[in-house]
Amino acid sequence: MEREEVTKLLKEKSKQLRYDIIKMIGLAGSGHPGGSLSAADIVATLYFYHLRHDFRNPYWEDRDRFVFSKGHAAPLLYAALAEAGYFSREVLWTLRKFNSPLQGHPDMRKLPGVEISAGSLGHGFSAACGMALAGKIDKKDYRVFVLIGDGECQEGEIWETAMFASHYKLDNLCGILDYNGLQIDGPVSKVMEVQPLAAKWQAFGWEVIEIDGHDFNQIIDALEKARTVKGKPTMIIARTIKGKGVSFMENVVDFHGKAPDREQMEQALKEIKESD
Amino acid sequence: MKATREGYGDALLELGEKYENIVVLDADLAKSTYSIKFAQRYPERFIECGIAEQNMMDLAAGIATCGKICYTGSFVIFACQRALEQVRNTICYSNLNVKLCPTHAGISVGEDGASHQTVEDIAIMRAIPNMKVIVPADYYQAREAIKESAEIEGPVFIRLGRPAVPFIYGDNYRFQFGKIEKLREGSDVSIFSTGIMVKKSLEASFILEKEGIEAEVINVHTIKPLDEEGILESVAKTKRVVTAEEHSIIGGLGGAISELLSEKFPCKVKRVGIEDKFGCSGSANELLIHYGLTPEKIAFSAKSLL
Repeated sequence: MEREEVTKLLKEKSKQLRYDIIKMIGLAGSGHPGGSLSAADIVATLYFYHLRHDFRNPYWEDRDRFVFSKGHAAPLLYAALAEAGYFSREVLWTLRKFNSPLQGHPDMRKLPGVEISAGSLGHGFSAACGMALAGKIDKKDYRVFVLIGDGECQEGEIWETAMFASHYKLDNLCGILDYNGLQIDGPVSKVMEVQPLAAKWQAFGWEVIEIDGHDFNQIIDALEKARTVKGKPTMIIARTIKGKGVSFMENVVDFHGKAPDREQMEQALKEIKESD
Repeated sequence: MKATREGYGDALLELGEKYENIVVLDADLAKSTYSIKFAQRYPERFIECGIAEQNMMDLAAGIATCGKICYTGSFVIFACQRALEQVRNTICYSNLNVKLCPTHAGISVGEDGASHQTVEDIAIMRAIPNMKVIVPADYYQAREAIKESAEIEGPVFIRLGRPAVPFIYGDNYRFQFGKIEKLREGSDVSIFSTGIMVKKSLEASFILEKEGIEAEVINVHTIKPLDEEGILESVAKTKRVVTAEEHSIIGGLGGAISELLSEKFPCKVKRVGIEDKFGCSGSANELLIHYGLTPEKIAFSAKSLL
């Protein structure tokens, strides 16, 4: 496929993911729209272009793993898994409801396609590193991708893992940092500054690629470049807009963990549908 | 005499040979936990994590999702408490095949003092769904329990100690997960003990014997799941209970047995253990005496029930 066709397809996919995210959270009455929307273009690129995976065989040993360490973006993961065929779209509307496989945070025992149960920040990042290490031990060629948040970088465990992954030269590990700049209590820079991010990751021995996390060409190029890096892990720092795609959610702190009400949901769905 | 932690080193060598999918992790304590033995024989399956226990536990969880059985070593205080939330949220919640075999449990750690001792780990670990809790009484029981744990699906905490302790079992000992072991029959009082207090309970039974009191001594090596049937059978006979453990009297073996008996067979229970206090520096023996973890205290508690 030509690059142009690819980006066109990914644009359609991410539009679908955003639509589903809003509908799921709106119907659930709770959830985290902001950080789901911000990473939608990255996640669409992974599931619908870059990852080696098979929805008919979610436990395939040689699959690439994609870990959602920022587990609160679960609606995004669920929307992507449904769109990729792991389960029926109808299941999406059970998000957060009693007996649903779509728990508030991803649960590997309830939903095939979830690589590790996550939600408590920092944990998924370490677990992804463990999967990459297991791949090295078993001499497998799968790659491990892990999505972390910018606020999540305030967790000490992130840096334990950062040190570990470069020490063990895990070049099959690729982190993607969803740098949307906001967290629950306000702007990341006010709550607890994480900058200089690139310098931090470089100092920990990682290859760093900085991109616009809404530009498909940049996302694709970064993932492909990461594949060629040898002897160290790669961190793609993706500058994103929290709430991206819904005008009244963009860069609004409150929509980190607040569901749209009925009216807001309808408006947001309309906006997404009409976007080009 | 041999430390239970030495059983970890020796069990790992056997496990390494038997199972290709065993991976061992340690956090800069491989010499203390004896995982160094595995590291030397199977370097490609040994992961040195440095002083970062939280990362180690989640790493193990991630490795376990790839079809491996992970054994993690550290001190109990760091494995069970510093990395508690990793153990709870990632390992136990998803019932992943990660075994915790940390050493330096209790106060018999000795000279290092309170920061490196633990008095509350059993209470914490046994409260987590999916976690199993084993406290071996000697080197052989530790070695065999660790070997057996590879066949137990999901997380298991095996609590190991620092000092050399007397043998109770022999080289041909077979460990039975979840089953109490009656080491001495008696009809007057049941003494349920675990870990290094098992030997001291046996000694207490000799003191009691001289005074004409027949104590039943039972090793409760598996604290979770608790062998309810075995415990109730003994208590139905003696109707008097003493528990003994190198742990706080809150929430450990004494707590578990009290919970069971208060529902199924209410009777008097005396708990011998550490009385809601932190440890301190001193030799292991000095500390055991100071905190009342002695055969005399167990015998005295038994007599007070008669």
